[in-house]
Parts: sequence; structure tokens; C-alpha cells
Amino acid sequence: MDLPVWQALHTELGERNLTVITVALDSGGAADAGPWIREASPTHPSLIDVRHLVAELYGWVNVPTIAWIDEEGRLVRPGDPGWAGDYFRRMVEPDFDHAAMMAEYARLRAHYLDAVRDWVAHGPASRWALAPEEVRRRLAGPDRDHALAAAYFQLGTVLHDDGRAEAAQGAFAKAKALRPESWSYKRQAWHLEEPGKSAGPDFWAAVKALADRPYYPRHDL
Amino acid sequence: MTTVTIVSEGCVTRASAEPGAEDLWLAPPVLRASTGWALEPAGLCRGPACVPIPPGRQTEFVRGDGAVNLAALARQRGQAAVHDDEGRVWVFGAPAEARAANRPSLEAPDFTLPDLDGRPHSLADAHGRKVVLIAWASW
Repeated sequence: MDLPVWQALHTELGERNLTVITVALDSGGAADAGPWIREASPTHPSLIDVRHLVAELYGWVNVPTIAWIDEEGRLVRPGDPGWAGDYFRRMVEPDFDHAAMMAEYARLRAHYLDAVRDWVAHGPASRWALAPEEVRRRLAGPDRDHALAAAYFQLGTVLHDDGRAEAAQGAFAKAKALRPESWSYKRQAWHLEEPGKSAGPDFWAAVKALADRPYYPRHDL
Repeated sequence: MTTVTIVSEGCVTRASAEPGAEDLWLAPPVLRASTGWALEPAGLCRGPACVPIPPGRQTEFVRGDGAVNLAALARQRGQAAVHDDEGRVWVFGAPAEARAANRPSLEAPDFTLPDLDGRPHSLADAHGRKVVLIAWASW
């Protein structure tokens, strides 16, 4: 988890008018997200979103996803995976090199954090600040299906809270059918069904089924 | 009447209501206490926000006994509306204009969520500052 990295950025750039807000999309609430948050000792707002409302509002389908928002409250970048990349998919290969993966992620992380610093320093003149029409293009999609999927997902979380596990998985199935690209719906539903399942054989089978499609979409950052 | 769980824009309440196939009828005092909405001359209102009842569709929103159809109100606001098979749990999503994809202004959707100590924080608290907003998860 990268909470300590975000906390360090908040500390570094707080006096330059940047606020970092982290949101845990965790339907298990503090029981699931709490240990990670406590370990990071955040002084930035580190929030817990049991219904995945932020994903619903911003149209996000995976974690991590990161938005940049300017001083006027407008979206400058509507959703990037940060330094997360598809390198992890090679873990199933026999000659997988863990150190090489960590080095690659470290390189991407340094690049991404430099991009944030550049935007904080130069605002709309930063090469990483997107034009409004590009932000709009990235937000576009079948909004009604996405909204319906979010509602079914939330229904699943409430049914799960009520101890109605089977009905919950039925609602999650509807959410997943309406928004098959959402890894958050899949993995949260698996996790609620059985801790560990979100990174187990079902997850890896779903990743394999992507074939040559990306797990984390890479934009220009 | 039966007790139903209502989730609207992420807030969970329980209320006495009469669920139908696609309708959820609440008596006015229950509606006001559990959701903040009330029937007024301008339509269905919560604080300064009013949703006019479309002409000719009064019976879809308000019944002869005064009960209000919360599902019709939600649909009118562009909220996705779903419920479980028994009609005991109803979920109304974010209104259409609250979702980023529907905002020509590109204004980042506001939200209020608790931290680990239960203290609420809103994105709007950071207005006037740049914000990096990160979604992550433990799973």
C-alpha cells in the first residue's frame, strides 16, 4: 500500500497549497482499511468509503485511481492509475524477477510524483494538466448503465451488512454484468465472499482472460 | 406498512414504508424524518432544492392519502433506483448532475466521508487548494 508515499507528498507540498486526500474503497470499513491507515499515521484526510461512492461519482473502476483537482474545484486529470502498472501480471511466469518489478515500479513512481510536483508548481501551464476537452473525453461513457451498476453494487454491500450473503452476491453479479470492466466490483465482492479470494485463482483467471488488453489503462503519464 | 432500509446517495436509513414493484410509498412525516424531503407547493423539496412534479404525473408521485413515492422522486432526479427481491432494501444512487460524466463544467463531484475516527471530511473543505484525490483499497 502506498499511503506512506501519499502522506510524504502531503507533507512535502502542503505549504505549496496541495492537499492530499486518500479514500479507501473498503466495504469492510475500518476492520479492513484501518490497519493500513493507522500504520501510515496520516495528517491528510484519509477516508473510508464503504459504499464506493467516490468510484460512483468519478466513474472509477479500479484501484489505485487518482484525480487532480485545481483550486477552483475543477478536474485537471479525471483518473489515472498513478505508478501502478501491468508488470505484476508476469508473476505467474516461471522466470519472474521480483526485484526487476520493484525497480520498474520505483521508476514509474518517481516519474509520477515529479509530474504532481510540476503541476503544483506550474498549474494549467504544466505539460501534465489536461485540456478540458480531453478531461471530458475521458469521462464519457454509458452513464445510465454505470449508475445502475453502482446502485446494484451498493445494494450488495447493504445486503452483505445485513448478513444476506447470497442475495448480496446476486446484487454484485448484476453490478459486474453492467460494468464488466470494474475490477473494484469484482475484487470487493470476492473479498466479502471470502477474504483472500480477491487475489486468488479467480482473480488470476480474470486477469489472464484480459489477454493483450491492459489491467491498468496507461494514458500519457 | 413494513420497515425498509433506504440507501440514498450513500446514507442509510430505516423507515416504515409501503413498497410496490417499482414504487416506494412513504407517509409525509416519515418522508421528512428519514430523508428530509417534503411536499410543498413548488413540488418535492429538501431545503432550498425543489423537484417540480411534472404536469399530468401527480399520481405517480403523490397518492390520495398523501403518501409520496420516493422511487419516483429518485428517478426524476436521475438517481438509479434498485431494490432486493423482497423490496426490503432500496438503493437510490447519486443524482445525474452529481456524477462527473454529466458535468460540462468539469467541477469535481463533492463528497463527505468519515476518517478512521468517524470525523466527516468533504472535498469542498479543500476549495482554494490543489487536491490530489486517491482511491485505494485493502483487498
